[in-house]
Amino acid sequence: MKKLIASIVAGAAMVAGASAAGAGTLEDVKARGVLQCGVNPSLIGFGAPDEKGEWSGLDVDFCRAVASAIFNDPTKVKFVPLNAKERFTALQSGEIDLLSRNTTWTMSRDSSLGLMFAGVTYYDGQGFMVRKSLGVSSALELSGAKVCTQTGTTTELNLADYFRSHNMPYEVVAFEKNEEVLQAYEAGRCDAYTTDASGLYAERLKLQSPDEHMILPEIISKEPLGPAVRQGDDKWFTVVKWTLFALLNAEELGLTKANIDEKKTSDNPEIKRFVGVEGDFGSAIGLTNDWAYNVIKDVGNYGELFDANVGPSTKLGIARGLNNLWSKGGIQYAPPIR
Amino acid sequence: MSDTAAPASYVREQIIAERPAPPSTVGAVGWARTNLFSSPFNTVLTILAAAFIVWCLVPVIRFTIVDAVWTGDDRAACAQATGACWAYVKAYLPQFIYGRYPIPERWRVDIVFLLLVLMLVPMLIPRVPWKRLNAILLLTAYPLAAFVLLTGGGLGYRGSFLPAEIVAPGPLRFAIEFALVAGAVLLAMGFVSWLTGSPAAQSGSGIAVVIGGLAVVFLVTGFDFGLVPVETSNWGGLLVTLVVAVTGMVASLPLAVGLALGRRSSMPVVRTASIAFIEFWRGVPLITVLFMASVMLPLFLPDGVTFDKLLRALVGVALFEAAYLAEVIRGGLQAIPRGQYEGAMALGLGFWQRMRLVILPQALRLVIPGIVGSFISLFKDTTLVAIIGLFDLLGQIQASANDAKWASPVTGITGYIFAAMVFWAFCFAMSRYAAFTERRLDRGRRR
Repeated sequence: MKKLIASIVAGAAMVAGASAAGAGTLEDVKARGVLQCGVNPSLIGFGAPDEKGEWSGLDVDFCRAVASAIFNDPTKVKFVPLNAKERFTALQSGEIDLLSRNTTWTMSRDSSLGLMFAGVTYYDGQGFMVRKSLGVSSALELSGAKVCTQTGTTTELNLADYFRSHNMPYEVVAFEKNEEVLQAYEAGRCDAYTTDASGLYAERLKLQSPDEHMILPEIISKEPLGPAVRQGDDKWFTVVKWTLFALLNAEELGLTKANIDEKKTSDNPEIKRFVGVEGDFGSAIGLTNDWAYNVIKDVGNYGELFDANVGPSTKLGIARGLNNLWSKGGIQYAPPIR
Repeated sequence: MSDTAAPASYVREQIIAERPAPPSTVGAVGWARTNLFSSPFNTVLTILAAAFIVWCLVPVIRFTIVDAVWTGDDRAACAQATGACWAYVKAYLPQFIYGRYPIPERWRVDIVFLLLVLMLVPMLIPRVPWKRLNAILLLTAYPLAAFVLLTGGGLGYRGSFLPAEIVAPGPLRFAIEFALVAGAVLLAMGFVSWLTGSPAAQSGSGIAVVIGGLAVVFLVTGFDFGLVPVETSNWGGLLVTLVVAVTGMVASLPLAVGLALGRRSSMPVVRTASIAFIEFWRGVPLITVLFMASVMLPLFLPDGVTFDKLLRALVGVALFEAAYLAEVIRGGLQAIPRGQYEGAMALGLGFWQRMRLVILPQALRLVIPGIVGSFISLFKDTTLVAIIGLFDLLGQIQASANDAKWASPVTGITGYIFAAMVFWAFCFAMSRYAAFTERRLDRGRRR
């Protein structure tokens, strides 16, 4: 019996070990021919498979963008659904090459978990949802309100901080599970519902008539969500980081999935460098020179990804807000390619 | 005397025709009288119970049938509904069964399900002959076929320890290595038997069978049948639930029998090892086992070496289940009177023959309720794999309820009702079949 188990384990290790870490993640990914990307399996707009099993979402599309940069083929991604507890181990143990799963960039994670965050794909933060009929247009008018939230999360602490610093009395109605919180809110047991804004938009969809509810403009905490890679592999880190920058730069330069082919011949030196007609920027990071062109051609620029997955025209209907480009009133800013 | 005596006038000559029973004691009324309203206390209980049933059944029926939405293409159909949203279950049903298994490859899963039914149903019906052949096929050929069909097979072993200068990596190197290891094992067996002076003929042939079996397994799994490989991370729904449950049950039973025998063994090492194993696994909750397998294990492995997550969960579940089953089976072993052991010994049977022919059949029959109880709880425990990111039926349903296309107040509840129905069907079927087996095997003892 022991022998049998040992052989099975050895056999499985041989199969699994085929992808054993070698020179570096970029080389491994190229050799394997597919990018392993850890994603959220059930967050609307960020990562979730539909009824056909097709993945969609902002985080998912970022994986596709990285695959495009490497292979010029956005389908060369293997999506690994991960929950919050196992995501970091999966990255550390090499089960995935890239973690693109609404993970908040914090100092402790950056310093002690052996991760590096490649940037911010979505600036999230805690917000409030109220009934439109309540006639409130700002969180500052919520004095004395009953607020529904989940127990034992930082959400509850942020809530306390916010109301205390604005000297407003309030009452917490807390529940163990998200579903209970939503039910209590729907049943009118509280005036406001608080959690991360992206979560609020997703939860709003589950209400009987989402249009009767609104998300207040105040964001009371900082939750920058971004993709992460293993520490100590600078080359791979650079590839992931610049894929994100390429998405942002493309939007700034007005390059879209549709027009990039005609803009390819543009005289604008910035665009020339972007599409790889001028300079050797791609090969400098271990990719082909038209890597950025491929990314935009295959998946689109950051604005397109945002609009397609979470933007105002989708069911989630999230406004660009902080996630707009710096030139349009947001804080999304990417270093130039030069 | 008799010839002179006239029939006494008071003796009746015909039998009185049967009269119907009093109307109040037969039919529905009679049944109700004796069973439901036999005393004032029973009457009160009956009325209370009926009221309770009506009180909880009416809303359930209203929600699941009367007010339910049966057709529709997206959340618009269900957003305002006060009843279940069956349209969503209908749209998602394929995913509940197959998970994200690629749609063009789903016929493979269908074949696996079909084979399971074809092999299991005759196995479960006592009258069908060829039980032994059936069992052997079900426990050897079927898992192998299911593995190849579900994963796509074609593992393409390349061997691992011979230097590439001697034999290039590939199936040949793997075969040579396998032959080397097998030869070494057999040699070691021979050496040990020579050292101890005990004949090793029997165990030698046993090991040879195991090695041969392994060779067949490697041959079949390594052969490329031209099937598209499907990663286990794409499996989901009922498929994962059944894979985890069935593998857990099948793998744990023999292990449990071994552990139960080991725990009652007179050899201190075997006994201590069995006790340690059982107590260790019973001392931790399943959720910890899964978490350990999924989150901690990769940290202990060398960089880049990862096991398949489903495989990790399967091993964890099987070992965990084996520890519980072992204790159930030990109960059965202890219930067998000493006379049975002694009688078997008096016949001149060896240990394994004694166990196989006399003790275990009786012991296992005694503990059928316990074994089935464990299996049913295992079937339900499969839902825990959701915490390590595997999508069993329940996990798949929970994930789908978040889909923006279908999200509505009743979507989640409908999903849970559907899950409850499926789980109930499986668990109830198992329990009924166990009761049937128990009655059948118990015939000799009934009076």
